[in-house]
Amino acid sequence: MPQVSAPTTQATGRVVRSPHAAWLRVEGHWQWYRRHWHSTLFSSIAQPILFLVAMGMGFGSQVEPSEATRNLPYLVYLAPAMLVVGALQNAVGESSYPVLSGFKWQKDYWAVTATPITPGQLLAGQQIWIALVIGFNGCAFVLIATLLGAVQSPGILLSLLAMVLTGMACSAPVVALAATVTNDGNAFNGIFRFVVMPMTLFSGTFFPVSQLPEWAQPVVWLSPLWHGTELSRAAAFGGAEFGPVFGHVAYLVGLFALGIWLARWRFRRRLVV
Amino acid sequence: MTTVGDGVLVQANGLVKRFGEFTAVGGIDVAVRKGEAFGFLGPNGAGKSSTMRMVACVSPRTEGELSVLGMDPDRDGPRIRARLGVVPQLDNLDTELTVRQNLQVYGRYFGLSRATVRAKATELMEFAQLSERADDEVEPLSGGMKRRLTIARSLVNDPELLLLDEPTTGLDPQARHLLWDKLYRLKQQGVTLIITTHFMDEAEQLCDRLVVMDHSRIVAEGAPSALIKQYSTREVLELRFNPGEQQDALDNGVADLVERIEVLPDRLLLYTENGESTLETAHAKGIRPLSSLVRRSTLEDVFLRLTGRSLVD
Ligand SMILES: Nc1ncnc2c1ncn2[C@@H]1O[C@H](COP(=O)(O)OP(=O)(O)O)[C@@H](O)[C@H]1O
Ligand SMILES: [Mg+2]
Repeated sequence: MPQVSAPTTQATGRVVRSPHAAWLRVEGHWQWYRRHWHSTLFSSIAQPILFLVAMGMGFGSQVEPSEATRNLPYLVYLAPAMLVVGALQNAVGESSYPVLSGFKWQKDYWAVTATPITPGQLLAGQQIWIALVIGFNGCAFVLIATLLGAVQSPGILLSLLAMVLTGMACSAPVVALAATVTNDGNAFNGIFRFVVMPMTLFSGTFFPVSQLPEWAQPVVWLSPLWHGTELSRAAAFGGAEFGPVFGHVAYLVGLFALGIWLARWRFRRRLVV
Repeated sequence: MTTVGDGVLVQANGLVKRFGEFTAVGGIDVAVRKGEAFGFLGPNGAGKSSTMRMVACVSPRTEGELSVLGMDPDRDGPRIRARLGVVPQLDNLDTELTVRQNLQVYGRYFGLSRATVRAKATELMEFAQLSERADDEVEPLSGGMKRRLTIARSLVNDPELLLLDEPTTGLDPQARHLLWDKLYRLKQQGVTLIITTHFMDEAEQLCDRLVVMDHSRIVAEGAPSALIKQYSTREVLELRFNPGEQQDALDNGVADLVERIEVLPDRLLLYTENGESTLETAHAKGIRPLSSLVRRSTLEDVFLRLTGRSLVD
């Protein structure tokens, strides 16, 4: 075998540590967002605001403040809940087709994992990005809702935390699903129709779940949106007790953890073959 | 273990890749030396891409030994990938970003600073002749431009080892020659190249050494010229006949003129040291082809000899 002189070239690439690697992915998403933010504006910010206006101001003008609305104007009662509905919709939107595209259409996930970035770091970057988008859209919602007179106390800033947590709890399992489907994503339509829609209607957003028939109550407990809505209203209006708050947070964190665990498994399965 | 000393960048022994029951790579032995251009030549499905993906540390091997840059892909994947350049068979650019963004974002994954990737992107766009499209989105670019961008992107970390999986498939002849020229320049700079292709002319042009793969195995190995010398004759006489008359020529004993003959559906290939004189003898025997052509042997003939099939169907 011929002897070869010392390398004439030395690669400049190096391995980046995990948190930084995930952050580099966030930078990559940001580069995309810089060019394309306007294309997501309607679904991410305008839609929840339209709901708030239509239900809160339109329908709400017919609703007298009562015990069911915590003696608040319906618009004010609705705002923290609509905030969390926005998180759910954003989470599912950002976690479904964009993730499937990374595997299937753009295939850029394969480009990324050919660099020192690992599938786990890729996933972490994706999740952090989704959290940032949800949080940013939430801030925009709070701002507009305040201008519309739907906010009466600064507690809604705390609701933003509940909102992001709910968003992530809903995002991670959908990311795992997106990393699993190989067809054109018909499964997502099912998620939107049979999960997001009913969840939005029956999680105490528009009316207290106590109005639902008895048998439906345990089903509501499964809804991350209900837990998020309870947290968000508790933050905005006060009067929270430790026990229920702990339960809601635990449920959402648990769902998030399960989703991440599944997503990690699916990412590896799909990218390392 | 470091292999830089003995100059071997990639060493595979009994390398196997299975997908379930299916064997894509059936135990191959390969050693790629520093500074050379090494080729995997073979038809579709031979296992070239599967091999490349194992070397690129994105696909774990099923069996066998593999060392890349002196490290084990199973253990040191990210560290190896930091020093590799990879051009996958199918472009996987971010088509919603600009040309420049693609290069910069990708460069950052290799731990390069913002200033470095900025300068590098400008340099690489120059290299790939894409400077004028720098701030255009990738989506509407032509196939050739996308391919050039993918290749430029693979160079963002100044790789020591560049893996090119069918770099010119889908390019027009002019673009192919342009690319060969670029690859040649990289080689001059000391970059080690591994290229897969099913174009024999590409393999002959670019590769110092190559292996011929078929059905998941290596069937021959050597320098292009050596392979031709070993498995083929100096010249090939190609004879074409009117439909139906090819069999007459065979009945007439055309095969006896040479040591070896290949019968293709549309022509006969006669392997000979001297094509012209073989043609004369054929004429003397009363064989009247529609047309005849004398040419040098190529890797295509080597492949035909080894497998009984053409490389590209
Ligand atoms: N992920 C995979 N799962 C199952 N089979 C695969 C996979 N990748 C490749 N193969 C099969 O392995 C064989 C070799 O493929 P490949 O390495 O792409 O060949 P080449 O690049 O030489 O055309 C093919 O038959 C292909 O269908
Ligand atoms: Mg291939």
